[in-house]
Amino acid sequence: MSYALVAEQILNGLQFGVMLFLMSAGLTLIFGVMGLINLAHGSLYMVGAFAAAAVAGLTGSFLLALLAALMAAAIAGALVELIVIRRLYDKDHLDQVLATFALILIFSEGTRWIFGSFPLYLDIPDYLSGPVGLPGGIQYPLYRIALIVVGLLIAIGLGVVISRTRIGIQIRAGENDREMIAALGVDISRLYTLVFAVGAALAGLAGALVGAIQSVQVGMGEPVLILAFVVIVIGGIGSIKGALIGSLLVGLVETLGGIFLPQIFKLVMDASAATSVGSSLSSMAIYILMGGVLIWRPTGLFGAR
Amino acid sequence: MIRERYVNLCLLLLLVAVPLWAHFSDEPFTITLMTRVVIYALAAVGLNIALGLGGLVSLGHAIFFGLGGYAMGILAFHAQTYTPISEWPFLLNGTKSMPIIWLVAIVVSAAAGLIVGALSLRTTGVYFIMITLAFAQMFFYFSISWSNYGGEDGLSIYLRNDFPGLNTLDPIQFYSICFALLVVALLFTSLLMHSAFGLALNAARQSVERVETVGLDATRLKLVAFVLSGMLTGLAGALFADLNRFVSPSMFSWQLSGEIMVFVIIGGVGRLFGPVVGAIVFVLLEHWLGGISDYWHVYFGMLLLCIVLFSRGGLIGMICGRKEVNV
Repeated sequence: MSYALVAEQILNGLQFGVMLFLMSAGLTLIFGVMGLINLAHGSLYMVGAFAAAAVAGLTGSFLLALLAALMAAAIAGALVELIVIRRLYDKDHLDQVLATFALILIFSEGTRWIFGSFPLYLDIPDYLSGPVGLPGGIQYPLYRIALIVVGLLIAIGLGVVISRTRIGIQIRAGENDREMIAALGVDISRLYTLVFAVGAALAGLAGALVGAIQSVQVGMGEPVLILAFVVIVIGGIGSIKGALIGSLLVGLVETLGGIFLPQIFKLVMDASAATSVGSSLSSMAIYILMGGVLIWRPTGLFGAR
Repeated sequence: MIRERYVNLCLLLLLVAVPLWAHFSDEPFTITLMTRVVIYALAAVGLNIALGLGGLVSLGHAIFFGLGGYAMGILAFHAQTYTPISEWPFLLNGTKSMPIIWLVAIVVSAAAGLIVGALSLRTTGVYFIMITLAFAQMFFYFSISWSNYGGEDGLSIYLRNDFPGLNTLDPIQFYSICFALLVVALLFTSLLMHSAFGLALNAARQSVERVETVGLDATRLKLVAFVLSGMLTGLAGALFADLNRFVSPSMFSWQLSGEIMVFVIIGGVGRLFGPVVGAIVFVLLEHWLGGISDYWHVYFGMLLLCIVLFSRGGLIGMICGRKEVNV
């Protein structure tokens, strides 16, 4: 096992983790501020990816495609908030799960209706394609480096907004005491719509960015959504920092586990058995991680409640 | 309450009359459709114990459905290929006998329920929902990567398993087996609702503090409910696999967890026959809307949204009004 392979896998894990962060940041804010469990967040990821693929197909511009993904997901998010989600804040979690499950059905089948069942493809633009040399003689795709950089920049930006700006103060206050900030004259329903739209836009952006290295298809959002849930459980609800650390942990464990667990088992058993046991275990690794965190800290690493 | 009893009676009559009519007018497809209704209802009756009585919003009941399915699949697979499941520490052979398969499905589900429940019940609310969902996903990926039993492609069983004295390949006889098990499960749930355990569980759902003040362990009550709930859903999974003679990782999928939950909620959470109504409505809609449009999930989603936003207590609640206190 060479140094280059290990480094490459770590970078893959980082890239995956950073994209997970874009999903979980929105989810954790929506949980934290509105107390809402939103299963339809994965649908917004899909909406972003489809919008990007459609616009890239029409104009050929990757930047316009990303812009379209942001706009489409934000608009879809704001509409869904105004029409449906708004009525769910006072209801219990069961109703929220069911209503957002219904939204998934509508979004998924609606998208299939418009775009058909076949996957779409989104091309990496020329200026971001090809490998780039890193110190130590590693060749790594430039696009994936760009994803890591963009993701980390957004994480830093989000952190600054939450901790330094007026809107960030309102969001944090909303997490602590909804009634109180409403009483202090903050237009709480506008804040909710804003948080929901921003969360949706981040999910849409993640969908578009990942869509360029995977295919864009119906149902692409839900596996990522469930991983984002694992991230939030590990990081703690409502915490952006928790979401970042959780995402990177999950990204690294998921990626490295698939490569290294079979190798580790080869030390103690024969090759074919090691591969099957190793790959079975690696598919469970992040859930075992989650179980461990739960036993140690039931409210997650950075969860207050 | 009297009215709900009548509604329940009508539902039972419906479940007897429709398949009998289909049997005598030679419409085996209708019987198969009704078998699906009954099996889905059984799975949802299981979830209703956790969700309705215990207030545990489990979005991971596909775990048990899938485990039941794989219990059937693995046992029957070894029986049809004449290979032992294990030779050490003692010889273990597969089987085609339904009662044994059911027992294995129930025991395995109980064990999984105990582990998943004990871990998940360390948390409440939103966390609980997400963790049960995540555990189900873990089983899903495990079943995909476990290549000995078909991996992603699943396992096909050539012949339906045997039940002593019955020909299980005859649709109406297989339906009768499933229906009988559903009735037993409903009786069990009804007894449970009115037992001391059921009352304590109901109290624990409403207020953990009060229950603990009188000296009961709320977490343990909920864990027992979760395990019982998983056992029934596991049994349904074994039947479902037998109905299709096929098991695949899709039995562990999160959509299935969502659907089982939808059955319970359409019918009415915590109502004895709520899951039955939910399963009937779902299968009928799937059949009718699916015939009208390939994209029937859009209409179904809208309908579901309306039920959540504008109705309280599901369909049984709309017909019978509010539930009486203490029942």
